[in-house]
Amino acid sequence: MGPKLSRSDALGLGGLGLAGFLGLWGALSFFGIVPVEFLPSPFAVGSRFIDLFAEPFAGFTLPQHLGSSLLRYLYGVLLAACIGIPLGLAMGWFHLLDDIVTPIFNGLRFIAPIAWVPFAALWFGTGIGGPILIIFAGAFPPCLINAYRGARFVEPRLVEAARMLGTNHGRMLTEILLPASVPSIVAGLRVAAGLGWQSLVGAELIVASAGVGFMMVQAQASVQTTTVMAGMVAIGLTGLAIDVALRQGERWLHNRLGLD
Amino acid sequence: MASIRFDKVQKYFGRGEKRTHALANIDLEIRDREFLAIVGPSGCGKTTCLRLVAGFEAASEGAVSVAGKRVTEPGPDRAVVFQQFALFPWKTARGNIDLGLRNKRMGGEERAKRIADVLKLMNLDSHADAFPHQLSGGMQQRVAIARAYVLDPEVLLMDEPFGALDAQTRVVMQEELVRLARVRPRTVLFITHAVEEAVYLADRVAVMTRRPGTIKEIVDVKSMREAEDWNRFERIEDVMDLDSFVHLRTRIWKSLREEKDS
Repeated sequence: MGPKLSRSDALGLGGLGLAGFLGLWGALSFFGIVPVEFLPSPFAVGSRFIDLFAEPFAGFTLPQHLGSSLLRYLYGVLLAACIGIPLGLAMGWFHLLDDIVTPIFNGLRFIAPIAWVPFAALWFGTGIGGPILIIFAGAFPPCLINAYRGARFVEPRLVEAARMLGTNHGRMLTEILLPASVPSIVAGLRVAAGLGWQSLVGAELIVASAGVGFMMVQAQASVQTTTVMAGMVAIGLTGLAIDVALRQGERWLHNRLGLD
Repeated sequence: MASIRFDKVQKYFGRGEKRTHALANIDLEIRDREFLAIVGPSGCGKTTCLRLVAGFEAASEGAVSVAGKRVTEPGPDRAVVFQQFALFPWKTARGNIDLGLRNKRMGGEERAKRIADVLKLMNLDSHADAFPHQLSGGMQQRVAIARAYVLDPEVLLMDEPFGALDAQTRVVMQEELVRLARVRPRTVLFITHAVEEAVYLADRVAVMTRRPGTIKEIVDVKSMREAEDWNRFERIEDVMDLDSFVHLRTRIWKSLREEKDS
């Protein structure tokens, strides 16, 4: 790796990259290299993005669409965390459970979340269950895998110390393996949050009656490319905000637990 | 009566071609309330001996028993103090000490009393609510010793407990341990590679051979300590100056040296 840049230099370079990207994009549409129906200009997308805050499209304004997307997303990721983390920890401790679950899990986790769409539609129609299932499919594997790894690779001395103190299985999971795995679990949650957010939009493209993905499908049907791209901007910015928030949370937790 | 017995213990690690013979025919008894130190060259299997008593490893042949009962798994009757402390970083000193008592389903009042006692005994009063990373190495090892002592274990297993400490802290902790052994005597198995430490602390010192480890000889320190009344001295350096101390230390050192050179 080269020399480390100062924070302000790094920010400056990031801004330069963004300006270059927008400039290239603007030039492509301004000079008519790509017709605007296929690639609207950055200004058109930006002003459409702002308009959508007040003007409903496909029944709701952009914040309302985002709101219903975020609610589904929250349910899906929470469900994945609530099942994946305890199951992962238990698999890391009980070898029997590990041997039973691992083959099934390894088979299922390579199925892309989007591949669950037909079943989501079949089982839940356009209800909230469908998207939750798909988000769950995206967010569950990293929750489980990281909890499992955390429990598996706990400092062996700590496990020995706990056993020497007569710690039972339940307490071993909650008071030793869980806190020892927190860094790994939090890293897994960050991956889960990203994958969940990506799967959400995929899910909404097909099975939903509100949400950012739904808005984009409706716009696509009437060839409103600026609205589609405004939706993409909303997805990107929200994903970024989620990641920044989780990074902050991770840092806070590390300080709290006396890590690093 | 809480004696520790090794009965014709053999220990192998790995299998097939890669199998190594770690312990060969260990026959040893550590008597009730006796402080026995094992010294030996690195890799001779002295820590393995302790891990067998703790129940972290199982003997390949023969048996290890404590108070007449064969050891099959770890338990709070055999408290371990580790070289690297092995404190739970997410628990305070008090939380670390409390875990073993909670595991015994002891009531809150009784636990609070026991913890207060042991904190006082180890001079940890003002550090009860500190997390391990906020404490110095010496303080962390005090917490680890308190965590073991609070369980009132039949035997205490110490695996190079002062090996990770700097020289000055080490001396302080050695003096503390002697004081502790007088106030609350326990059957102690103490592993170390420092001969002086072994002679200063132990009633008997067992010297081990190189791998596969066997007990080469057992040197009685207690009768010399009592005959020359080492206990009249508070400080370790005064004891270490005595001819009787030097004599024993040199004898064990030579015995160990033969192992290192061969």
